[in-house]
This record gives sequence, structure tokens and C-alpha cells, in this order.
Amino acid sequence: MTTADLHTLTGAYALHALPDDERREFERHLSDCEACTQEVRELSATAARLGLAVAESPPRELRERVLREITTVRQEVPSHGRPGRTGGGARTGRWTTYALAACIAAAAAFGGVAVWQNQVAQDARQEANQAQRQNEQLAQVLSAPDAKTSSGELTGGARGTVVVSQQENRAVFLASGMERPPSGKVYQIWFNDEGTMRSAGLMDPAASDDAVLLDGPVDRATGMGITVEPAGGSAEPTSDPVALMDFPTA
Amino acid sequence: MNEAVQISGVPTPGPDLQELLVMVARGDQEAFAKVYDAVSGPVLGLVRSVLRDPAQSEEVAQEVLVEVWRTAPRFQSSRGSAMNWVLTLAHHRAVDRVRSAEASAAREHKAALLDRTPAFDEVSEQVETRLEREQVRRCLRTLSELQRQSVTLAYYRGLTYREVAELLTVPLGTIKTRLRDGLIRLRDCLGVSA
Repeated sequence: MTTADLHTLTGAYALHALPDDERREFERHLSDCEACTQEVRELSATAARLGLAVAESPPRELRERVLREITTVRQEVPSHGRPGRTGGGARTGRWTTYALAACIAAAAAFGGVAVWQNQVAQDARQEANQAQRQNEQLAQVLSAPDAKTSSGELTGGARGTVVVSQQENRAVFLASGMERPPSGKVYQIWFNDEGTMRSAGLMDPAASDDAVLLDGPVDRATGMGITVEPAGGSAEPTSDPVALMDFPTA
Repeated sequence: MNEAVQISGVPTPGPDLQELLVMVARGDQEAFAKVYDAVSGPVLGLVRSVLRDPAQSEEVAQEVLVEVWRTAPRFQSSRGSAMNWVLTLAHHRAVDRVRSAEASAAREHKAALLDRTPAFDEVSEQVETRLEREQVRRCLRTLSELQRQSVTLAYYRGLTYREVAELLTVPLGTIKTRLRDGLIRLRDCLGVSA
């Protein structure tokens, strides 16, 4: 569809009369077309006048129901920028990793969903700072065009997902619902270089949900493992792995 | 329910809808009750014009109004008025509902869609609403027949432009253009600025 064609869609868009696929295409066009954006704004305001003209008196009970319901509904937290969207339009069709990137962005903003839900504000701030530093690289791996994921169940009902980008030569491990390591211990992640374990960093002992950019390049590693190690980590594994995952293959 | 349509230039005592919505975004439930009083009439009327069924309309209107509470932090006054924001939300919800219902059940008969004049002929008579309605009706009369039909079928019936084209047996490109130039004429007649 040409730009001129797209431009004539301002009316249909303002009336919500575009099918989903054309609406998405038009919205991409809108982000580069200031004149269209202004026109859409005006035509939407015009459409709203059509709505006003059909106002009617709602029943009293509706008011009571709505005012009662909102006391149980949590409001959205205003978003502070959306790193997941800054990549531009070049990476369409990779919504899985895109969605993951958005999750990570949210984790960075709120310091991890679990922590946020518990409203431990202080922890959240600390983690937010930490996550912020890793966020950019994390997002880069997650949104890489060749990113591949595989998921598995870990011990104790936790779930782990590993995302590998050969192009970036990096991997990200996402855990949810992991038990905290025993006191004084920490989870250490290892690259599995055909049976030889190479340290890939430590997980945050305070978080049961965590996203970790694995330390170092993927290179020839075919999988990863997790062991429980003394605080500070070890040069090589000193215990049996609590989890072993193969990296996704093409 | 006098506040029902207190927008479009009528001076309002106290904080206006924009300011109220900002208070709502901070979790102010009293401010939300005032927002409710200002927007619930237009929301219900609009949803009902698209969905027709009164019970379903009330259900969707309730969803929309709770959505206003939930997503108030997303409202940005720089992008348009609060009423516009709420009614856009309501229209989207109603249209989504009517289109998903369509997938399983048959849509109203073609004749019924074309036959019925826009919903504002059928609703209750409130002073503010009547004034607004008169103005909209007057401006709709300045549109060509095809412009008027296209715009009202899309807005009040929730049809896609393809469905409008099919219903009126007019080429797709023509309907796209009529939706745009019809709304532009309406905009100028109503003196809308944004």
C-alpha cells in the first residue's frame, strides 16, 4: 500500500473501521507521519462528538456496581519508557522474544514482578538499579533476530527458560519460582562445554524470579547447568547440578 | 445526572474532567465518582448504539468504566481531551464485542442495518444531550448521502470499511475516501479542534 493510500485511512482509523492487520500497518505509518497523527487526533475528537450525541441516562445500579468494583481493581503503574519498543520496526515477527524483552523491561522498571507484587519497595529499587545495567544487553539478546528459546522445569516446580543468540554469542537465563538457596549459598550458572563446566555467573540470591545475562560468550557451549555454591561462587562446581538444560538448537 | 454531558465548552465549576482524571490516576476514588457522573451517560449510550442489546451494553459499559479507573495513569492530556479518550475506549470495546459476537452468530440483517436511522433518534431527552444531538444531526445533514451512511454505519454500527463497502455496494477505495472526507466535513461543521 502506498503512503498516499495509507493517508486516506485516517477517517477509517478514527472510526475504528479498519481490520486488525490494516490497523497495525496504519499505526506503523502513523509513527512517521506527523500530519496524519494530527488529522487522526482531530477526526477522533469528531467521532467522539458522534458518541456524545447518543448519551443516555445510565441506571442507578450501574453507578453502584462500578464504584464498588473499582475498590477491588488495581490501577496500572505508569510506564517509565518502554525499552522493548525502542528497537524500531525492523524486528517484526519475533514477538516471542519481543514479549520477553518487554517482560525484562518491566522487571527492570519494577525490580522483578514477584518483588513488586509483594511491594517490598526497597528491594525493588535496589534490584531496579542492578537490572537497569544489564537490561540493555539482556534486551539485545532477547530481541536478536536469531534468538531461540527453550524452557524446562527445574527442581521444586520452578521454571527456567534459556534464550540463546548465536549472532550475539550470548545467552540469557530466566527463572521463575525458584526456591531461595540455603543461607550462605548461592546459585551459580555454568556453561556446559561438552561436559566441562565454565562459570557463567551467579544468580541474585534474594530473587525467586530472575533474569540473568550469562557471563561470557556462548561459543561452543551446548547447554547450561546450575549448582548450589558457597556465597561468592566457586571456580568449578562443588556439588551436583540442581538443573541442566540443553541450549535450543536450530 | 445533570453533569452527564458537561463538556464541549460548558463552563464547569470545580476541577474539569482532565484534572479529575489526573486525580483518578493517583488512586482518588472520589474523583473517579465525579468522572463516572460525567462520562457514564455518553459511554452507555455509545455502547448501546453499537451493541443494541441493553443487558450486554450495560455489561460492556461497566467494563469500560472500570477500565477508565484501571488505565487512568495512561491518559495523556497532550493527546486529546479526557472525554475523547474515554469515548474512544468505549467505542473500541463495543466494536470488539460486536465483531467477536459476529464470528459465531449471524450479524443483523443487511436490510435492518440500512433501514435504521442512527441511534440518536431513539434515545432519552436530556437538555445537554439534546443540544449536542441537534448540532450533530444538523452537521450530519451537510454531508452527502454516501458520506453520512458510511460514517454512521462505521461508527454507530461498528462495521469495518470493508463491510460498509459491501453493504452499500460501493468500491473499497470510495468508502475509505468518504469516511475521511465525511469526517473532515463534520469536523469543520462542529468546529472541532484538537
